[in-house]
Amino acid sequence: MEQHVEEVTRRTKILQALEDQNTSVSFDDPLENQMVLNMGPQHPATHGVLRVLLRLDGETVVASIPELGYLHRGYEKLAENCTYHEFIPHTDRLDYLSPMNNNVAYVLAVEKLLGIEAPPRAQYVRVMVKELARISSHLMFLGSLAMDVGALTVWMWAFREREKQYDLFERIAGARFTTSYTRIGGVAQDVTPETLELVKKFVYDLPGHIKECEKLLNKNRIFVDRTDGIGVITKEQAIDLCYTGPGLRACGVGHDLRRANPYLVYKDLDFDIPVYEGGDALARYYVRMDEIKESVKILKQVLAKMPQGDVHAFKPKKVLPRKERVYTKMEELIHDFMLVNFGVEPPVGEVYQAVEAPKGELGFYIHSHGEGYPWRLKIRSPSFVNLQTLPVMLQGCMISDVVAIIGSLDPVMGEADK
Amino acid sequence: MNHVVVEKLKTRFADAAFEFSEFRAELTVVVPKEIITEVCQYLKEAPELTYDSLSDLCGIDMNTPAKRFGVIYNLYSLATKHRIRLKTFCEEEDPTVPTVTGVWGTANWHEREAYDMFGMDFQGHPDLRRMYMPEEFEHFPLRKDFPLMGIPGSLPLPKK
Repeated sequence: MEQHVEEVTRRTKILQALEDQNTSVSFDDPLENQMVLNMGPQHPATHGVLRVLLRLDGETVVASIPELGYLHRGYEKLAENCTYHEFIPHTDRLDYLSPMNNNVAYVLAVEKLLGIEAPPRAQYVRVMVKELARISSHLMFLGSLAMDVGALTVWMWAFREREKQYDLFERIAGARFTTSYTRIGGVAQDVTPETLELVKKFVYDLPGHIKECEKLLNKNRIFVDRTDGIGVITKEQAIDLCYTGPGLRACGVGHDLRRANPYLVYKDLDFDIPVYEGGDALARYYVRMDEIKESVKILKQVLAKMPQGDVHAFKPKKVLPRKERVYTKMEELIHDFMLVNFGVEPPVGEVYQAVEAPKGELGFYIHSHGEGYPWRLKIRSPSFVNLQTLPVMLQGCMISDVVAIIGSLDPVMGEADK
Repeated sequence: MNHVVVEKLKTRFADAAFEFSEFRAELTVVVPKEIITEVCQYLKEAPELTYDSLSDLCGIDMNTPAKRFGVIYNLYSLATKHRIRLKTFCEEEDPTVPTVTGVWGTANWHEREAYDMFGMDFQGHPDLRRMYMPEEFEHFPLRKDFPLMGIPGSLPLPKK
Protein backbone atom coordinates (compact mmCIF):
# COMPACT_ATOMS: atom_id res chain seq x y z
CA MET A 1 0.00 0.00 0.00
CA GLU A 2 2.75 2.40 0.99
CA GLN A 3 4.64 1.52 -2.18
CA HIS A 4 1.59 2.35 -4.26
CA VAL A 5 1.26 5.81 -2.72
CA GLU A 6 4.95 6.46 -3.38
CA GLU A 7 4.50 5.47 -6.99
CA VAL A 8 1.59 7.87 -7.42
CA THR A 9 3.54 10.81 -5.92
CA ARG A 10 6.48 10.10 -8.19
CA ARG A 11 4.26 10.15 -11.25
CA THR A 12 2.60 13.39 -10.18
CA LYS A 13 6.01 14.95 -9.78
CA ILE A 14 6.96 14.03 -13.36
CA LEU A 15 3.70 15.41 -14.65
CA GLN A 16 4.26 18.55 -12.61
CA ALA A 17 7.68 18.97 -14.17
CA LEU A 18 6.23 18.57 -17.63
CA GLU A 19 3.55 21.17 -16.93
CA ASP A 20 6.13 23.60 -15.58
CA GLN A 21 8.16 23.42 -18.75
CA ASN A 22 5.12 24.32 -20.76
CA THR A 23 5.24 21.23 -22.92
CA SER A 24 1.57 20.39 -23.03
CA VAL A 25 -0.65 21.75 -25.79
CA SER A 26 -4.42 21.62 -25.75
CA PHE A 27 -6.72 21.69 -28.75
CA ASP A 28 -10.43 22.37 -28.81
CA ASP A 29 -11.02 19.62 -31.30
CA PRO A 30 -7.98 17.65 -32.43
CA LEU A 31 -9.58 16.66 -35.74
CA GLU A 32 -10.18 20.27 -36.76
CA ASN A 33 -6.55 21.29 -36.49
CA GLN A 34 -3.58 20.98 -38.77
CA MET A 35 -0.33 20.08 -37.14
CA VAL A 36 3.11 21.35 -38.01
CA LEU A 37 5.79 18.72 -37.71
CA ASN A 38 9.46 19.56 -37.75
CA MET A 39 11.58 16.82 -39.33
CA GLY A 40 15.32 17.15 -39.04
CA PRO A 41 17.94 18.57 -39.22
CA GLN A 42 19.05 15.74 -36.93
CA HIS A 43 17.04 12.86 -38.33
CA PRO A 44 18.55 9.59 -39.58
CA ALA A 45 16.37 9.45 -42.69
CA THR A 46 17.19 12.93 -43.97
CA HIS A 47 20.62 11.86 -45.27
CA GLY A 48 22.53 14.47 -43.35
CA VAL A 49 21.19 17.74 -42.11
CA LEU A 50 18.12 18.40 -44.19
CA ARG A 51 15.28 20.02 -42.30
CA VAL A 52 11.74 19.71 -43.59
CA LEU A 53 8.75 21.45 -42.08
CA LEU A 54 5.58 19.48 -42.72
CA ARG A 55 2.04 20.70 -42.33
CA LEU A 56 -0.13 17.69 -41.62
CA ASP A 57 -3.82 17.07 -41.82
CA GLY A 58 -4.14 13.84 -39.87
CA GLU A 59 -1.48 11.70 -41.51
CA THR A 60 -1.53 13.46 -44.86
CA VAL A 61 1.08 16.05 -45.80
CA VAL A 62 -0.67 19.25 -46.87
CA ALA A 63 2.43 21.35 -47.49
CA SER A 64 6.12 21.11 -46.86
CA ILE A 65 9.09 23.46 -46.77
CA PRO A 66 12.66 22.16 -47.00
CA GLU A 67 15.15 24.30 -45.08
CA LEU A 68 18.78 24.21 -46.13
CA GLY A 69 21.98 25.68 -44.82
CA TYR A 70 22.88 23.51 -41.84
CA LEU A 71 26.04 22.36 -43.62
CA HIS A 72 26.86 25.61 -45.40
CA ARG A 73 30.63 26.06 -45.40
CA GLY A 74 30.96 28.81 -47.97
CA TYR A 75 32.97 26.95 -50.58
CA GLU A 76 32.24 29.56 -53.21
CA LYS A 77 33.85 32.25 -51.03
CA LEU A 78 36.78 29.94 -50.28
CA ALA A 79 37.24 29.28 -54.00
CA GLU A 80 37.73 32.99 -54.64
CA ASN A 81 40.62 32.91 -52.19
CA CYS A 82 42.53 29.85 -53.32
CA THR A 83 44.33 29.01 -56.54
CA TYR A 84 42.71 26.67 -59.01
CA HIS A 85 44.85 23.77 -57.78
CA GLU A 86 44.15 24.46 -54.13
CA PHE A 87 40.42 24.10 -54.65
CA ILE A 88 40.59 20.46 -55.80
CA PRO A 89 40.51 18.96 -52.25
CA HIS A 90 37.46 21.09 -51.45
CA THR A 91 35.52 19.43 -54.26
CA ASP A 92 35.80 16.10 -52.40
CA ARG A 93 33.59 17.57 -49.70
CA LEU A 94 30.71 18.44 -52.00
CA ASP A 95 29.10 15.14 -52.88
CA TYR A 96 31.10 13.03 -50.46
CA LEU A 97 29.55 9.79 -51.74
CA SER A 98 31.24 10.19 -55.12
CA PRO A 99 34.23 12.51 -54.59
CA MET A 100 35.99 11.27 -57.74
CA ASN A 101 33.17 12.63 -59.82
CA ASN A 102 33.46 16.13 -58.39
CA ASN A 103 37.24 16.10 -58.87
CA VAL A 104 36.78 15.26 -62.54
CA ALA A 105 33.98 17.78 -63.05
CA TYR A 106 36.00 20.61 -61.52
CA VAL A 107 39.20 20.00 -63.47
CA LEU A 108 37.21 19.66 -66.69
CA ALA A 109 35.83 23.15 -66.08
CA VAL A 110 39.30 24.56 -65.37
CA GLU A 111 40.75 22.80 -68.40
CA LYS A 112 38.02 24.26 -70.57
CA LEU A 113 38.90 27.70 -69.23
CA LEU A 114 42.61 27.11 -69.89
CA GLY A 115 41.99 25.55 -73.28
CA ILE A 116 44.00 22.40 -72.57
CA GLU A 117 43.08 18.73 -72.66
CA ALA A 118 44.29 15.74 -70.71
CA PRO A 119 46.09 12.96 -72.65
CA PRO A 120 44.06 9.88 -73.71
CA ARG A 121 45.14 7.60 -70.89
CA ALA A 122 44.20 10.21 -68.28
CA GLN A 123 40.81 10.59 -69.94
CA TYR A 124 40.18 6.85 -69.76
CA VAL A 125 41.31 6.75 -66.14
CA ARG A 126 38.95 9.63 -65.38
CA VAL A 127 36.03 7.80 -66.99
CA MET A 128 36.95 4.72 -64.97
CA VAL A 129 36.98 6.51 -61.62
CA LYS A 130 33.86 8.45 -62.56
CA GLU A 131 31.88 5.31 -63.28
CA LEU A 132 33.22 3.65 -60.13
CA ALA A 133 32.00 6.68 -58.22
CA ARG A 134 28.60 6.42 -59.89
CA ILE A 135 28.31 2.79 -58.79
CA SER A 136 29.40 3.77 -55.30
CA SER A 137 26.78 6.51 -55.09
CA HIS A 138 24.00 4.31 -56.47
CA LEU A 139 24.89 1.53 -54.05
CA MET A 140 24.53 4.02 -51.24
CA PHE A 141 21.14 4.99 -52.66
CA LEU A 142 20.13 1.33 -52.86
CA GLY A 143 21.13 0.64 -49.29
CA SER A 144 19.62 3.74 -47.78
CA LEU A 145 16.32 3.57 -49.68
CA ALA A 146 15.91 -0.07 -48.66
CA MET A 147 16.74 0.80 -45.07
CA ASP A 148 14.36 3.76 -45.06
CA VAL A 149 11.51 1.41 -45.94
CA GLY A 150 12.65 -1.24 -43.50
CA ALA A 151 14.95 -3.71 -45.28
CA LEU A 152 18.24 -3.74 -43.42
CA THR A 153 19.94 -6.62 -45.22
CA VAL A 154 20.29 -4.74 -48.50
CA TRP A 155 22.06 -1.90 -46.68
CA MET A 156 24.65 -4.37 -45.38
CA TRP A 157 25.11 -5.98 -48.77
CA ALA A 158 25.42 -2.66 -50.57
CA PHE A 159 28.02 -1.55 -48.05
CA ARG A 160 29.99 -4.75 -48.53
CA GLU A 161 30.41 -3.78 -52.20
CA ARG A 162 31.17 -0.14 -51.36
CA GLU A 163 33.88 -1.35 -48.99
CA LYS A 164 35.58 -3.13 -51.90
CA GLN A 165 35.33 0.09 -53.89
CA TYR A 166 36.94 2.09 -51.13
CA ASP A 167 39.83 -0.35 -51.22
CA LEU A 168 40.10 0.29 -54.96
CA PHE A 169 40.01 4.06 -54.45
CA GLU A 170 42.75 3.72 -51.87
CA ARG A 171 44.92 1.89 -54.39
CA ILE A 172 44.12 4.39 -57.15
CA ALA A 173 44.30 7.70 -55.28
CA GLY A 174 45.91 6.91 -51.93
CA ALA A 175 42.83 7.84 -49.88
CA ARG A 176 39.59 5.99 -49.35
CA PHE A 177 37.16 8.83 -48.91
CA THR A 178 38.61 12.23 -49.78
CA THR A 179 40.39 11.23 -52.94
CA SER A 180 41.51 14.57 -54.55
CA TYR A 181 42.67 12.40 -57.41
CA THR A 182 42.58 14.63 -60.45
CA ARG A 183 44.99 17.40 -61.39
CA ILE A 184 44.63 20.14 -63.94
CA GLY A 185 45.77 18.46 -67.16
CA GLY A 186 45.69 14.90 -65.86
CA VAL A 187 45.44 12.78 -62.77
CA ALA A 188 47.61 12.64 -59.65
CA GLN A 189 49.31 9.36 -60.51
CA ASP A 190 49.02 6.59 -63.04
CA VAL A 191 47.03 3.45 -62.26
CA THR A 192 49.17 0.35 -61.89
CA PRO A 193 48.39 -2.84 -63.87
CA GLU A 194 47.69 -4.68 -60.59
CA THR A 195 45.06 -2.11 -59.63
CA LEU A 196 43.46 -2.45 -63.06
CA GLU A 197 43.27 -6.22 -62.47
CA LEU A 198 41.51 -5.61 -59.15
CA VAL A 199 39.09 -3.18 -60.78
CA LYS A 200 38.42 -5.82 -63.43
CA LYS A 201 37.70 -8.43 -60.79
CA PHE A 202 35.34 -6.05 -58.98
CA VAL A 203 33.55 -5.12 -62.20
CA TYR A 204 33.03 -8.75 -63.21
CA ASP A 205 31.85 -9.78 -59.73
CA LEU A 206 29.47 -6.87 -59.19
CA PRO A 207 26.50 -7.87 -61.42
CA GLY A 208 26.06 -11.08 -59.41
CA HIS A 209 25.89 -9.14 -56.14
CA ILE A 210 23.48 -6.60 -57.62
CA LYS A 211 21.26 -9.46 -58.71
CA GLU A 212 21.22 -10.75 -55.13
CA CYS A 213 19.98 -7.36 -53.91
CA GLU A 214 17.42 -7.16 -56.69
CA LYS A 215 16.09 -10.57 -55.74
CA LEU A 216 15.42 -9.23 -52.27
CA LEU A 217 13.63 -6.08 -53.48
CA ASN A 218 12.13 -6.25 -56.97
CA LYS A 219 9.29 -8.59 -56.08
CA ASN A 220 9.21 -7.79 -52.41
CA ARG A 221 5.63 -6.88 -51.55
CA ILE A 222 6.60 -4.49 -48.76
CA PHE A 223 9.23 -2.66 -50.80
CA VAL A 224 7.03 -2.30 -53.89
CA ASP A 225 4.02 -1.17 -51.85
CA ARG A 226 6.12 1.44 -50.08
CA THR A 227 7.56 2.89 -53.31
CA ASP A 228 5.09 2.27 -56.14
CA GLY A 229 3.11 5.41 -56.96
CA ILE A 230 4.81 7.32 -54.13
CA GLY A 231 6.38 10.74 -54.67
CA VAL A 232 5.11 11.18 -58.22
CA ILE A 233 6.41 14.08 -60.29
CA THR A 234 5.33 14.67 -63.87
CA LYS A 235 7.60 15.29 -66.82
CA GLU A 236 6.50 18.94 -67.14
CA GLN A 237 7.02 19.69 -63.45
CA ALA A 238 10.43 18.01 -63.55
CA ILE A 239 11.61 20.08 -66.52
CA ASP A 240 10.20 23.29 -65.02
CA LEU A 241 12.12 22.66 -61.79
CA CYS A 242 15.19 21.52 -63.77
CA TYR A 243 15.22 18.14 -62.10
CA THR A 244 18.17 16.23 -63.56
CA GLY A 245 19.81 12.85 -63.30
CA PRO A 246 18.14 9.50 -62.62
CA GLY A 247 15.05 11.26 -61.29
CA LEU A 248 14.43 12.98 -64.62
CA ARG A 249 14.99 9.74 -66.51
CA ALA A 250 12.41 8.11 -64.23
CA CYS A 251 9.88 10.67 -65.57
CA GLY A 252 10.35 9.52 -69.15
CA VAL A 253 12.93 12.08 -70.33
CA GLY A 254 15.97 10.34 -71.78
CA HIS A 255 18.38 13.15 -71.02
CA ASP A 256 21.93 12.26 -70.05
CA LEU A 257 24.80 14.73 -70.43
CA ARG A 258 27.20 11.90 -71.21
CA ARG A 259 25.22 11.43 -74.40
CA ALA A 260 23.85 14.95 -74.98
CA ASN A 261 27.11 16.93 -74.56
CA PRO A 262 29.81 14.24 -74.57
CA TYR A 263 32.94 15.04 -72.61
CA LEU A 264 36.05 12.90 -71.95
CA VAL A 265 35.78 9.77 -74.13
CA TYR A 266 32.09 9.01 -73.65
CA LYS A 267 31.38 9.37 -77.36
CA ASP A 268 33.58 6.31 -78.06
CA LEU A 269 31.80 4.16 -75.50
CA ASP A 270 28.67 2.14 -76.02
CA PHE A 271 26.03 2.39 -73.31
CA ASP A 272 22.28 2.76 -72.99
CA ILE A 273 20.30 5.37 -71.07
CA PRO A 274 17.65 3.68 -68.93
CA VAL A 275 14.33 5.51 -69.04
CA TYR A 276 11.19 4.71 -67.05
CA GLU A 277 7.81 6.38 -67.24
CA GLY A 278 6.42 6.18 -63.71
CA GLY A 279 7.99 9.28 -62.17
CA ASP A 280 7.62 7.67 -58.73
CA ALA A 281 10.06 6.30 -56.17
CA LEU A 282 9.97 2.82 -57.69
CA ALA A 283 10.88 4.15 -61.15
CA ARG A 284 13.78 6.10 -59.64
CA TYR A 285 14.96 2.87 -58.02
CA TYR A 286 14.75 0.96 -61.33
CA VAL A 287 16.65 3.67 -63.23
CA ARG A 288 19.49 3.61 -60.74
CA MET A 289 19.73 -0.18 -60.72
CA ASP A 290 19.89 -0.19 -64.53
CA GLU A 291 22.49 2.56 -64.43
CA ILE A 292 24.75 0.40 -62.28
CA LYS A 293 24.60 -2.24 -65.02
CA GLU A 294 25.35 0.39 -67.69
CA SER A 295 28.30 1.63 -65.64
CA VAL A 296 29.59 -1.94 -65.48
CA LYS A 297 29.28 -2.08 -69.26
CA ILE A 298 31.23 1.18 -69.60
CA LEU A 299 33.90 0.01 -67.16
CA LYS A 300 34.43 -3.23 -69.11
CA GLN A 301 34.98 -1.23 -72.30
CA VAL A 302 37.26 1.26 -70.56
CA LEU A 303 39.40 -1.53 -69.13
CA ALA A 304 39.65 -3.20 -72.53
CA LYS A 305 40.45 0.02 -74.41
CA MET A 306 42.73 1.70 -71.83
CA PRO A 307 45.63 3.14 -73.88
CA GLN A 308 49.22 3.36 -72.70
CA GLY A 309 50.98 6.67 -72.29
CA ASP A 310 51.38 9.64 -70.03
CA VAL A 311 48.66 10.81 -67.63
CA HIS A 312 49.78 14.46 -67.65
CA ALA A 313 49.38 16.95 -70.44
CA PHE A 314 52.69 18.48 -71.54
CA LYS A 315 51.90 22.10 -70.70
CA PRO A 316 54.69 23.17 -68.33
CA LYS A 317 53.13 26.54 -67.48
CA LYS A 318 49.72 25.05 -66.67
CA VAL A 319 50.26 21.54 -65.31
CA LEU A 320 52.06 20.86 -62.02
CA PRO A 321 55.35 19.04 -62.72
CA ARG A 322 56.19 15.68 -61.17
CA LYS A 323 57.87 15.85 -57.78
CA GLU A 324 60.99 13.89 -58.78
CA ARG A 325 61.63 16.41 -61.58
CA VAL A 326 60.97 19.39 -59.29
CA TYR A 327 63.76 18.18 -57.02
CA THR A 328 66.26 17.55 -59.82
CA LYS A 329 65.53 20.00 -62.67
CA MET A 330 65.81 23.81 -62.57
CA GLU A 331 63.07 24.47 -65.16
CA GLU A 332 60.47 22.37 -63.32
CA LEU A 333 61.44 23.92 -59.99
CA ILE A 334 60.65 27.37 -61.39
CA HIS A 335 57.34 26.24 -62.84
CA ASP A 336 56.38 24.52 -59.60
CA PHE A 337 57.19 27.69 -57.66
CA MET A 338 55.13 29.85 -59.98
CA LEU A 339 52.17 27.47 -60.12
CA VAL A 340 52.02 26.94 -56.37
CA ASN A 341 52.51 30.58 -55.38
CA PHE A 342 50.67 32.47 -58.09
CA GLY A 343 48.44 29.79 -59.52
CA VAL A 344 47.77 28.82 -63.07
CA GLU A 345 46.76 32.01 -64.85
CA PRO A 346 43.92 31.42 -67.30
CA PRO A 347 42.82 34.04 -69.83
CA VAL A 348 40.03 36.49 -69.03
CA GLY A 349 36.73 34.81 -69.69
CA GLU A 350 33.97 32.66 -68.33
CA VAL A 351 32.99 29.03 -68.84
CA TYR A 352 30.29 26.70 -67.65
CA GLN A 353 31.10 23.01 -67.71
CA ALA A 354 28.55 20.44 -66.65
CA VAL A 355 28.94 16.70 -66.26
CA GLU A 356 26.48 13.95 -65.49
CA ALA A 357 27.10 13.22 -61.81
CA PRO A 358 25.33 10.27 -60.14
CA LYS A 359 22.72 12.69 -58.80
CA GLY A 360 22.25 14.85 -61.86
CA GLU A 361 23.92 17.75 -63.59
CA LEU A 362 26.98 18.93 -61.70
CA GLY A 363 28.19 22.17 -63.20
CA PHE A 364 31.00 24.59 -62.45
CA TYR A 365 30.74 28.16 -63.66
CA ILE A 366 34.07 29.94 -63.52
CA HIS A 367 34.53 33.65 -64.14
CA SER A 368 38.19 34.51 -64.56
CA HIS A 369 39.78 37.95 -64.48
CA GLY A 370 43.09 36.48 -65.66
CA GLU A 371 44.47 36.05 -62.15
CA GLY A 372 45.60 32.95 -60.31
CA TYR A 373 42.34 32.94 -58.38
CA PRO A 374 38.87 32.62 -59.84
CA TRP A 375 36.89 35.86 -59.61
CA ARG A 376 33.72 33.88 -59.12
CA LEU A 377 33.18 30.15 -58.96
CA LYS A 378 29.66 28.87 -58.82
CA ILE A 379 28.89 25.26 -58.04
CA ARG A 380 25.67 24.11 -59.65
CA SER A 381 25.04 21.09 -57.47
CA PRO A 382 22.41 18.55 -58.47
CA SER A 383 21.20 17.87 -54.93
CA PHE A 384 20.38 21.55 -54.35
CA VAL A 385 18.23 21.79 -57.46
CA ASN A 386 16.69 18.34 -57.05
CA LEU A 387 15.62 19.10 -53.48
CA GLN A 388 13.40 21.82 -54.86
CA THR A 389 11.13 19.10 -56.22
CA LEU A 390 10.55 17.76 -52.70
CA PRO A 391 7.45 19.90 -51.93
CA VAL A 392 5.87 18.69 -55.20
CA MET A 393 6.56 15.06 -54.36
CA LEU A 394 5.46 15.31 -50.74
CA GLN A 395 2.16 17.02 -51.52
CA GLY A 396 -0.68 14.72 -50.48
CA CYS A 397 1.45 11.78 -49.40
CA MET A 398 1.26 10.00 -46.04
CA ILE A 399 3.74 10.89 -43.32
CA SER A 400 5.28 7.41 -43.42
CA ASP A 401 6.13 7.95 -47.11
CA VAL A 402 8.22 11.06 -46.41
CA VAL A 403 11.34 9.03 -45.61
CA ALA A 404 10.82 6.84 -48.68
CA ILE A 405 10.54 9.91 -50.90
CA ILE A 406 13.62 11.60 -49.45
CA GLY A 407 15.44 8.28 -49.86
CA SER A 408 14.38 8.01 -53.50
CA LEU A 409 15.45 11.61 -54.15
CA ASP A 410 18.91 10.73 -52.82
CA PRO A 411 20.15 14.18 -51.76
CA VAL A 412 23.60 14.74 -50.30
CA MET A 413 23.63 17.75 -48.06
CA GLY A 414 27.35 18.36 -48.47
CA GLU A 415 26.65 19.38 -52.02
CA ALA A 416 23.23 20.96 -51.52
CA ASP A 417 24.62 23.30 -48.85
CA LYS A 418 28.06 23.86 -50.37
CA MET B 1 23.79 27.32 -83.17
CA ASN B 2 25.25 30.42 -81.48
CA HIS B 3 24.72 32.65 -84.53
CA VAL B 4 21.09 31.47 -84.82
CA VAL B 5 20.44 32.72 -81.29
CA VAL B 6 22.18 36.03 -82.05
CA GLU B 7 20.17 36.54 -85.23
CA LYS B 8 16.87 35.65 -83.60
CA LEU B 9 17.46 37.94 -80.64
CA LYS B 10 18.48 40.82 -82.92
CA THR B 11 15.34 40.44 -85.02
CA ARG B 12 12.93 40.01 -82.14
CA PHE B 13 14.35 42.77 -79.93
CA ALA B 14 15.48 45.21 -82.62
CA ASP B 15 16.07 48.27 -80.44
CA ALA B 16 17.49 46.54 -77.35
CA ALA B 17 21.13 47.13 -76.42
CA PHE B 18 22.52 43.60 -76.31
CA GLU B 19 26.19 42.79 -76.03
CA PHE B 20 27.27 39.48 -77.55
CA SER B 21 30.52 37.73 -76.80
CA GLU B 22 31.90 34.27 -77.37
CA PHE B 23 34.57 32.46 -75.37
CA ARG B 24 35.47 28.76 -75.77
CA ALA B 25 32.46 28.41 -78.12
CA GLU B 26 30.06 29.56 -75.37
CA LEU B 27 27.77 32.45 -76.21
CA THR B 28 27.20 35.15 -73.59
CA VAL B 29 24.52 37.79 -74.06
CA VAL B 30 24.39 40.83 -71.81
CA VAL B 31 20.75 41.86 -71.53
CA PRO B 32 19.43 45.15 -70.07
CA LYS B 33 17.68 44.25 -66.83
CA GLU B 34 14.40 45.89 -67.83
CA ILE B 35 13.71 43.30 -70.51
CA ILE B 36 15.32 40.22 -68.92
CA THR B 37 12.01 38.46 -68.16
CA GLU B 38 10.77 39.14 -71.67
CA VAL B 39 13.97 37.81 -73.26
CA CYS B 40 13.88 34.69 -71.07
CA GLN B 41 10.24 34.05 -71.96
CA TYR B 42 11.07 34.44 -75.66
CA LEU B 43 14.10 32.11 -75.48
CA LYS B 44 12.02 29.50 -73.70
CA GLU B 45 9.09 29.59 -76.07
CA ALA B 46 10.54 30.42 -79.50
CA PRO B 47 10.54 27.37 -81.75
CA GLU B 48 14.05 26.25 -82.80
CA LEU B 49 15.45 27.75 -79.57
CA THR B 50 13.34 26.17 -76.76
CA TYR B 51 15.64 26.84 -73.82
CA ASP B 52 13.30 24.92 -71.56
CA SER B 53 15.61 24.44 -68.60
CA LEU B 54 17.46 26.96 -66.53
CA SER B 55 20.55 24.99 -65.51
CA ASP B 56 21.88 27.58 -63.19
CA LEU B 57 21.37 31.12 -61.99
CA CYS B 58 23.94 32.90 -59.91
CA GLY B 59 24.92 36.33 -58.75
CA ILE B 60 28.27 38.01 -59.20
CA ASP B 61 29.95 41.01 -57.63
CA MET B 62 32.08 42.82 -60.22
CA ASN B 63 33.37 45.28 -57.59
CA THR B 64 33.13 48.20 -60.02
CA PRO B 65 31.60 51.62 -59.28
CA ALA B 66 29.01 51.23 -62.03
CA LYS B 67 27.03 48.05 -62.64
CA ARG B 68 28.44 46.39 -59.56
CA PHE B 69 26.17 43.37 -59.25
CA GLY B 70 25.25 40.94 -61.95
CA VAL B 71 23.01 37.94 -62.40
CA ILE B 72 24.09 35.11 -64.68
CA TYR B 73 21.63 32.70 -66.28
CA ASN B 74 22.93 29.47 -67.79
CA LEU B 75 20.24 28.13 -70.09
CA TYR B 76 20.00 24.70 -71.63
CA SER B 77 17.72 23.28 -74.26
CA LEU B 78 16.75 19.63 -73.92
CA ALA B 79 15.75 19.54 -77.59
CA THR B 80 18.79 21.14 -79.24
CA LYS B 81 21.21 20.23 -76.41
CA HIS B 82 22.67 23.72 -76.64
CA ARG B 83 23.73 26.10 -73.90
CA ILE B 84 23.78 29.87 -73.81
CA ARG B 85 24.43 32.33 -71.04
CA LEU B 86 22.58 35.53 -70.26
CA LYS B 87 23.88 38.25 -68.02
CA THR B 88 22.28 41.31 -66.58
CA PHE B 89 23.68 43.99 -64.30
CA CYS B 90 22.33 46.35 -61.68
CA GLU B 91 23.73 49.30 -59.74
CA GLU B 92 25.01 49.18 -56.18
CA GLU B 93 22.50 51.85 -55.04
CA ASP B 94 19.58 50.05 -56.63
CA PRO B 95 20.28 46.30 -56.56
CA THR B 96 17.01 45.18 -58.10
CA VAL B 97 16.49 42.68 -60.88
CA PRO B 98 13.14 41.36 -62.14
CA THR B 99 12.51 37.75 -61.20
CA VAL B 100 12.34 34.92 -63.73
CA THR B 101 10.46 32.53 -61.44
CA GLY B 102 7.46 32.96 -63.74
CA VAL B 103 9.47 31.56 -66.65
CA TRP B 104 11.25 28.66 -64.95
CA GLY B 105 10.08 27.38 -61.57
CA THR B 106 13.62 26.32 -60.70
CA ALA B 107 14.71 29.97 -60.49
CA ASN B 108 12.99 30.21 -57.09
CA TRP B 109 15.76 28.73 -54.96
CA HIS B 110 18.56 30.05 -57.16
CA GLU B 111 17.29 33.60 -56.75
CA ARG B 112 16.94 33.09 -53.01
CA GLU B 113 20.56 31.97 -52.95
CA ALA B 114 21.70 34.98 -55.00
CA TYR B 115 19.79 37.27 -52.64
CA ASP B 116 21.32 35.52 -49.63
CA MET B 117 24.86 35.87 -50.95
CA PHE B 118 24.77 39.27 -52.71
CA GLY B 119 21.67 41.05 -51.45
CA MET B 120 20.03 41.50 -54.81
CA ASP B 121 16.32 42.17 -54.64
CA PHE B 122 14.49 40.02 -57.17
CA GLN B 123 11.32 41.96 -57.79
CA GLY B 124 8.21 39.83 -57.99
CA HIS B 125 9.80 36.79 -56.32
CA PRO B 126 7.13 34.86 -54.39
CA ASP B 127 9.23 33.98 -51.34
CA LEU B 128 12.47 35.96 -51.13
CA ARG B 129 14.11 34.63 -47.97
CA ARG B 130 17.68 33.72 -47.20
CA MET B 131 18.66 30.28 -48.48
CA TYR B 132 21.63 29.29 -46.33
CA MET B 133 22.38 31.99 -43.78
CA PRO B 134 20.14 32.60 -40.76
CA GLU B 135 17.40 35.17 -41.26
CA GLU B 136 18.93 37.51 -38.62
CA PHE B 137 22.26 37.70 -40.46
CA GLU B 138 22.84 41.25 -41.67
CA HIS B 139 25.60 40.87 -44.24
CA PHE B 140 25.94 39.39 -47.70
CA PRO B 141 28.88 37.00 -47.57
CA LEU B 142 29.85 36.66 -51.23
CA ARG B 143 30.23 40.40 -51.75
CA LYS B 144 33.85 41.31 -52.34
CA ASP B 145 33.89 43.67 -49.35
CA PHE B 146 32.91 40.87 -46.94
CA PRO B 147 36.10 39.52 -45.34
CA LEU B 148 37.02 35.87 -45.84
CA MET B 149 37.31 35.27 -42.11
CA GLY B 150 33.85 36.68 -41.47
CA ILE B 151 32.82 39.52 -39.20
CA PRO B 152 33.19 38.68 -35.49
CA GLY B 153 29.86 38.67 -33.68
CA SER B 154 27.81 38.78 -36.85
CA LEU B 155 26.52 35.23 -36.44
CA PRO B 156 24.30 34.84 -33.40
CA LEU B 157 25.33 31.77 -31.41
CA PRO B 158 23.00 29.82 -29.11
CA LYS B 159 23.09 30.88 -25.45
CA LYS B 160 24.98 28.59 -23.09
